[in-house]
Amino acid sequence: MTDNRLIVLAPQDSVVVVRCGISEGETLIIGDVEVILGVAVSMGHKLALRAVETGDAILKYGVPIGSATSDISVGEHVHLHNMKSDYTPTYALEGAQTEFEK
Amino acid sequence: MTMEGYLRQDGRKGIRNLVAVAYLVECAHHVAREIALPNREHAHVIGFPGCFPNEYAQSMMERLCTHPNVGAVMIVSLGCESFNRFKLEQFVRDSGRQVETLVIQKTGGTRSAIARGQAFVERAVEALSEEKTVPMVVADLVIGTVCGGSDGTSGISGNPAAGRAFDRLVSEGATCIFEETGELIGCEDIMAARAATPELAEELRASVEKAAQYYATLGFGSFAAGNADGGLSTIEEKSMGAYAKSGSSMISGLIKPGDIPPTGGLYLMDVVPDGPVRFGFPNISDNAEIVEMMASGAHMTLFVTGRGSVVGSALAPVIKVAANPEMYGRLREDMDVNAGQIIEGTATLDQIGTEIYELIVAVAGGTQTKSEDLGHREFILTYKSFEPIGPACLPV
Repeated sequence: MTDNRLIVLAPQDSVVVVRCGISEGETLIIGDVEVILGVAVSMGHKLALRAVETGDAILKYGVPIGSATSDISVGEHVHLHNMKSDYTPTYALEGAQTEFEK
Repeated sequence: MTMEGYLRQDGRKGIRNLVAVAYLVECAHHVAREIALPNREHAHVIGFPGCFPNEYAQSMMERLCTHPNVGAVMIVSLGCESFNRFKLEQFVRDSGRQVETLVIQKTGGTRSAIARGQAFVERAVEALSEEKTVPMVVADLVIGTVCGGSDGTSGISGNPAAGRAFDRLVSEGATCIFEETGELIGCEDIMAARAATPELAEELRASVEKAAQYYATLGFGSFAAGNADGGLSTIEEKSMGAYAKSGSSMISGLIKPGDIPPTGGLYLMDVVPDGPVRFGFPNISDNAEIVEMMASGAHMTLFVTGRGSVVGSALAPVIKVAANPEMYGRLREDMDVNAGQIIEGTATLDQIGTEIYELIVAVAGGTQTKSEDLGHREFILTYKSFEPIGPACLPV
């Protein structure tokens, strides 16, 4: 039974989608595992539904959406820091705001 | 709800009856804008900024000036640009529309060109307002779909809801177009399985492969920084979400910008140029995609957005579908449909799909969309080059 703040799109997926913002330190039930969220996540982001090893495909909607660049444990935020595209690299403005804001 | 349309000589029917003010080079843009200004509800500015000739731009402008929503055309030329204004004027005249070309260098400059142009628009708007309408049915409609400012919610709420609306439209004989092959990367196999024929399946697959190569050369996917902020990590993840807009109907054909679908059904538009990478990114922003679907006859465009795009379009209304309840709360004045309810669990995909379908019918019947009402008239057209589609692309 998975927390109702999370959406499981397909049973074989490696990730769940966050339905609303969730704060750091909150307890979540993912599958039958209880995890404490390590970082705050906002709506639409992904958390690991199952443990993934470096190089494994990340499944969402039941299909691969890229592969893991590090080992990922259940409940961990899955995003640019631990997965990559198998097609073209992803460009993001990460850090640009803090770098240029006074 | 009954729909009425404006019957054109080629048999197509418009859901609006507008004057297109078309500039043929950036140097004529200001004059065109001023010409449209006093009548900006009924006179929309479109145009091509480049001074060098481009076959694609020429045919796009021909298609756009004879779009079913256009009743008359004011062409605005500086006079020395390479765009073939004679050919464009002839094309519009042959379509049965009223058309006049203003050449700024011949009319005595900015002020007199604006005065003459405004007088033409004034007369045209009045004449168009007296035109009789004819009954229109869902099967007469051509509907395009794009997504922009996508996030991790788009693919589970707004896009599949748009897909449900597409399924119903296609089942009732309408023509639906989805596009941006660069955002179908990773979906080749499941998409090809929906093709009407095996030959078309190969064409669909090849169009996505072409896009993947094209973007690989450019070094960026069709992926903006905001997509990542919204929780999307890779182009294939974004693609799966974007693909959901196409619904589940059989795919009847593959077209390129400006090709008019021959019959009702679902079509993929291949927007990535053919040949070597020459003029830069295939679609530099969302409106470029909307313009290409209009060129293929789209009466309106469904625009699903997660981060919150506010754009509309010249010539053809844009229906904005908010994928995300938080964004809907912030930008509700710009959003026509709140698909964020699906994320909150307060509405189903089918319910939002029905809402979108009903809104399409209402907008075809004259209801103004939010962006239309707010005066959004975005338009962008840049350089591209295409080879014509092959016979396998349109098996029906």
